[in-house]
Amino acid sequence: MSPFWIMVTILVLAALGYVLGRRRAGSVAAGDIRGLHSRPTYYGWNVALFTALPSLLVLLMWVLAQPLVVDRAIGANIPESAVADAGARGRIMSEVQGTAISIGEAVNKGLLTEAEARSLTPDNTALLDRLADEDITLTPNPAVLEAAKDYRSINQNASRTLTGLSLLLALGGFGWAMARTRPDYRARNVVERFIRGFLILCSLIAIATTVGIVLSLVFESYNFFQLYPWQDFFFGTEWTPSFGGGSRLGMLPLLWGTLYISLIALLFSVPVGLFAAIYMSEYATPRVRGVVKPLIEILAGIPTIVYGLFALVTVGPLIRDWIAQPAGLGNSGSSVMTAGLVMGIMLIPFVSSLSDDIINAVPQSLRDGSLGLGSTPSETIRNVVLPAALPGIVGAVLLAASRAIGETMIVVLGAGAMAQTSLNPFEAMTTITVKIVGQLTGDNDFASPETLVAFALGLTLFVMTLALNVAALVIVRKYREQYE
Amino acid sequence: MNDMRLAERTVDTKGKPIKFSCRNVQVFYGDKHAIKDVDVDLEDKTVTAFIGPSGCGKSTFLRCLNRMNDTIDVARVDGKLMLDGEDIYDRRVDPVQLRARVGMVFQKPNPFPKSIYDNVAYGPRIHGLARNKAELDGIVEKALRGAALWNEVKDRLGESGTGLSGGQQQRLCIARAVATSPEVLLMDEPCSALDPIATSQVEDLIDQLREDFSVVIVTHSMQQAARVSQKTAFFHLGNLVEYGTTDDIFTRPQDPRTESYISGKIG
Repeated sequence: MSPFWIMVTILVLAALGYVLGRRRAGSVAAGDIRGLHSRPTYYGWNVALFTALPSLLVLLMWVLAQPLVVDRAIGANIPESAVADAGARGRIMSEVQGTAISIGEAVNKGLLTEAEARSLTPDNTALLDRLADEDITLTPNPAVLEAAKDYRSINQNASRTLTGLSLLLALGGFGWAMARTRPDYRARNVVERFIRGFLILCSLIAIATTVGIVLSLVFESYNFFQLYPWQDFFFGTEWTPSFGGGSRLGMLPLLWGTLYISLIALLFSVPVGLFAAIYMSEYATPRVRGVVKPLIEILAGIPTIVYGLFALVTVGPLIRDWIAQPAGLGNSGSSVMTAGLVMGIMLIPFVSSLSDDIINAVPQSLRDGSLGLGSTPSETIRNVVLPAALPGIVGAVLLAASRAIGETMIVVLGAGAMAQTSLNPFEAMTTITVKIVGQLTGDNDFASPETLVAFALGLTLFVMTLALNVAALVIVRKYREQYE
Repeated sequence: MNDMRLAERTVDTKGKPIKFSCRNVQVFYGDKHAIKDVDVDLEDKTVTAFIGPSGCGKSTFLRCLNRMNDTIDVARVDGKLMLDGEDIYDRRVDPVQLRARVGMVFQKPNPFPKSIYDNVAYGPRIHGLARNKAELDGIVEKALRGAALWNEVKDRLGESGTGLSGGQQQRLCIARAVATSPEVLLMDEPCSALDPIATSQVEDLIDQLREDFSVVIVTHSMQQAARVSQKTAFFHLGNLVEYGTTDDIFTRPQDPRTESYISGKIG
């Protein structure tokens, strides 16, 4: 049986176990389920879990381990004479696997009997020709053919053992759990322990992934700094990578572009978003709010590449023709201003939606208190609501900022890819994210600093956004403590 | 019930000018008719108590007196409410100016998340009652003394108002309302969130406030109404059932509903 069908069988057994366990709990309770420690469902789950979990675990480990073990065994059997060099061993191993798969196909199609497959040799040209007619070409190399036959038989044995072992475990677990289904058995506690374990596992997956990503960034960055001095990376003012060698990989121009574009985006999005939020939460009637808020949130659903197109086709030329050229500030269609403005539009729903929630969280009693003292609605907003909501709004702005720093597509299409440092917002510049994409597109040689620099840039970016997110979280949490 | 204090109170219930004159007041929340045909005259420099079972409309009526119902979208008020002979629901009256004259203290203490000083100074600053810092300091001190809070907070005026205890917070809110120098002070169950000691402090305070303001207080506690008020109005199912001196309401109720309520049979 293949692992897939073993798994299906185990799950069917488990489902059966659930039904039978529940029924058995009912029968041992002799009609009065209040005599049971747990509800019958828990006895059912208990049987199902003991049937499925141990055998599925064994199945998983076996499936993961089998290729490694078999490869090592076969690899040891291949005579040294057949292996030319270190790289050749890998090629031979894949040839062995390919041959084994081909033999398997031939047997499945009925071209070979199992006995013929076992006694296959390169000398048996009649048989090989018959296979070749059916488009199955086997290697003439006797060592490989021998190894492929071994490979097949080991795998077949392993598969049989696995089938037997996991089904036995499933049945054993089933029987054991059924035997323990008695009124005083604490099925609920056992099941809930399993569930807690499962919940912990799920949260560990997220954490482990984060750790894994950070580690990979750190290791590759370490490799980069072995090849390129860190001072030149962090403090270099020139970004001229060339894969031929002699690149200068200073990140300052990229950092400048990133910060400049983000700043413009925030200068645009924070006031607009905040005022929109104030309108929605304090002035708009419920009907207007019901229409306006979803419309603004649609902005958040537009893919950033579409914003990029908007920047490239509409905003860029508009800014160039109406502002930059008449003012003599530049002729570039892509500019920091373009990318910043379009990114600002993208961020409006972030700022407004978060601020709206935060402003709404300010208790109505504070507004009543202020209005009850004879202050106007606008005085109430300025003097009571906004100060009370300020920490949360700052948190929202920081989240928007970390979003802006990590944005790529709008920058590629809006600000171009030229790494330079200038104060003029109508010139093309570029950001860290764009250059990461640039360095990793095309043929990659993961031993050259020009490729590895992407990881160092990624790590820098990660540290920046992490710091912003942590700051935002700390501020937002402090705010929450104040009201709940 | 404190009969001694009741007896004292009866002396000064006569001959006060009318502050609020309400005729034929109706309030609707959407389709619900919350207040029906209420006619009442509230006297100046008097504590008037609104009593009645939950949901009888006493808080709703209180909120009509400074147009706080305007902040609720579905609420609609009909009828005449005259403050010193002026219709407060007239188109020309700005609710903001009205609320400066008719202050309000709410059921739950709601100090602003600002310093104690800034909480009290909030109203005077908005209405420009002080020309300089010294005057503002004076107003704040007077209001805090008036709310019997000065001695407890005079050394920590810069600390946050939200850090005070529940009773102190409520007295801070009263000080905040007093600092604005309103003519009428509305109190919506000001003691319901307070312990007995804080309650008695606030009640003493209400009694003193009567010298300068007309006070209207909504309360669940009949004992409290008897202790602090000179006039009492009994509301039931949106109707004003009976209105008279506190003494009369509690000792010689005219309406059978009033009698059952104060003797604890309904509500």
